[in-house]
Amino acid sequence: MKKIALILILGMLTFSCTEDNDDKLGSNNINVTPTFTFTQNWDDTAISPSDIENTQYTNANGEVLTITRLRYLLSHFELLDENGNTTPLQGYQLIDLSDAETYNFIPTSAVTPGNYTLKFVYGFNEADNIDGAYTDLNSASWNWPEMLGGGYHFLQFDGQYNVNTTTPMPFNYHNGMAMVSEDNFEQNFVAFEFPTEIPISETTTIEIQFNLAELFKNPNLWDLNTYNTSLMPNYEAQKMMQENIASAFTLGEITQ
Amino acid sequence: MKNRWYIHIIIIFLLSSCSSSSSDNDYVPTQNTPTPSPLDIPQVFEDNIIAPIIPTDNPQTVEGVALGKKLFFDPILSVDFTQACASCHLPQNAFTDSNTFSTGVNGDLGIRNSMPLFNLAWNYDENFFWDGRAFRLEHQALQPVTDPTEMANTWSEVVTRLNNHEEYPDLFKAAFGNQNITKELTTKAIAQFERTLISANSKFDQYLLGQATLTTQEQNGLNIFMDEDRGDCFHCHGNPNNPLWTDNAFHNNGLDTTFSDNGLGQITGDPADNGKFKSPSLRNLAYTAPYMHDGRFSTLDEVINHYSEGLQDSPTIDPLMKKVDQGGVQLSNQDKADLKAFLLTLSDPSFINNPNFSNQ
Ligand code: HEC
Ligand code: HEC
Repeated sequence: MKKIALILILGMLTFSCTEDNDDKLGSNNINVTPTFTFTQNWDDTAISPSDIENTQYTNANGEVLTITRLRYLLSHFELLDENGNTTPLQGYQLIDLSDAETYNFIPTSAVTPGNYTLKFVYGFNEADNIDGAYTDLNSASWNWPEMLGGGYHFLQFDGQYNVNTTTPMPFNYHNGMAMVSEDNFEQNFVAFEFPTEIPISETTTIEIQFNLAELFKNPNLWDLNTYNTSLMPNYEAQKMMQENIASAFTLGEITQ
Repeated sequence: MKNRWYIHIIIIFLLSSCSSSSSDNDYVPTQNTPTPSPLDIPQVFEDNIIAPIIPTDNPQTVEGVALGKKLFFDPILSVDFTQACASCHLPQNAFTDSNTFSTGVNGDLGIRNSMPLFNLAWNYDENFFWDGRAFRLEHQALQPVTDPTEMANTWSEVVTRLNNHEEYPDLFKAAFGNQNITKELTTKAIAQFERTLISANSKFDQYLLGQATLTTQEQNGLNIFMDEDRGDCFHCHGNPNNPLWTDNAFHNNGLDTTFSDNGLGQITGDPADNGKFKSPSLRNLAYTAPYMHDGRFSTLDEVINHYSEGLQDSPTIDPLMKKVDQGGVQLSNQDKADLKAFLLTLSDPSFINNPNFSNQ
């Protein structure tokens, strides 16, 4: 009984605290925060956690592959109003295909309701990609080795290819800072900007779609038999990934 | 840290206000209120990783930790009073033992190597055992007591013994107030003690804090650990920014082509999980031999040889075991020696010698 009472009281306290905050926002009634939701697909076929190590996909070069692990980082979300004023939305999101809890992102800052266009960064831009700076990402072992320029992974995509043969082979499609030569590094993030006007109100949800098939075809036809593992120190592979990723993210459904 | 303090104070406040409004029987006298004892978070963790997991229904207290420690070292938990948690989790072995498989009270060998116990509050997913079958430390501690290959007891017997003991009833009262002794309270106390087992004072930790320097060999070893072309250990075993030295996740690291123990697959029922076990932390390897879930390797050299040229292929092998078709990452003898030197910088003598963690 006592326990139940405690839980109830705790519950009420948390609830009332939240309500207070809402009231404050409500009374000012200026700022709203859109929710972002992240989905993954293979050329329009949705990919869900149950596809991991299960569903086979054929890439543009004809290799049949399975997904073991997929994590990627998006950051620096910005909303631009009709006058070109920009509001950065604080926060970043590490999305893990195996964990549906990571599919939604609510930034910690807000904008006045209205029409906006959206910008975000795949990975971290130079200013944000600070080695070891984010304790949550460190805890997720998301770091990119210092000798390769440091900072964080942008993408970790592990799986097996040639799974339709008797000798499946592993691939580690990992993307982050590119190393030109020892101690000489090149930024490797992708800045996305979508021209579509998005009306943002109190309940707006913006879907960001990630088409994994694009990683293997556009503009670089990816041959897993050549580029499969140890790609992190491979400058050429890192830059091809960056180019292919530029077409992999699109704006999905906007719900109000 | 600060926030946590406030939470404790609020909870205590709530507890006392709840109690005072209930019947006399539930009244908890002030002098019985346990003293909050938040974990002392080491600098290298504070600097690099997120806060540990402390369940809101089991805050750390001085009295709770003391009770948990006594229970951990007390054979009263086992059916014939011969075995304590500490029999298979010895302080000098970073709280594992040196056997391949541990022997239970009935002389039965389990099928798994005992696990070292440290930094458990930083296992953010809270999946315990090699196969992750226990969620939360409080639940983990329920199992060894009744496991027929371990303490082979029943909880009702344990609770009876604790109730009839000359010291325990008072210790429970001090830790939890006027509640009946239950298996839940018993494991809460044990979990509180286990959460205090923090290891963060290895040579490498000191190096991170600028208090020690690595030898050239140790530095080379770190580079091999972090090099995707050579060791590539960091994708599963942490890195200088994640000084837990584990991802606490489940992988098949290529030990076998077929499995006599399915590990995670046994628990999830998904054949894609067969042969997957939790990545152990690489801290304190100097004290935790033998290695792997079945204790198959007695030295670190054997472990390194495994990753270098001993990998076995199987359908669930992790793609990070990338050169499996060549048996492994093919380290040179020099690389192997350097990697080992680096791994040993993660061992923490102050942890195994900490008087707070030893019996009495
Ligand atoms: C007979 C030896 C034995 C005894 C006694 C024993 N353990 Fe263990 N312990 C093991 C073994 C073996 C494992 C790994 C078992 C597995 O994964 O299936 C383990 C695993 C654990 C783990 C999981 C650690 C992790 O990181 O996942 C914890 C925690 C633990 N034991 C605590 C305890 C506590 C508390 C007690 C006393 C109540 C206890 N053990 C008694 C042998 C023992
Ligand atoms: C794919 C993830 C992965 C990678 C990469 C990896 N390990 Fe492991 N490691 C594991 C897992 C999982 C285990 C436990 C396996 C088991 O017992 O079945 C393990 C066990 C170990 C152990 C035994 C520890 C103990 O307490 O029993 C050591 C030592 C070790 N690894 C070192 C390394 C080194 C050195 C490298 C790089 C050469 C490396 N690992 C790369 C996942 C990995």
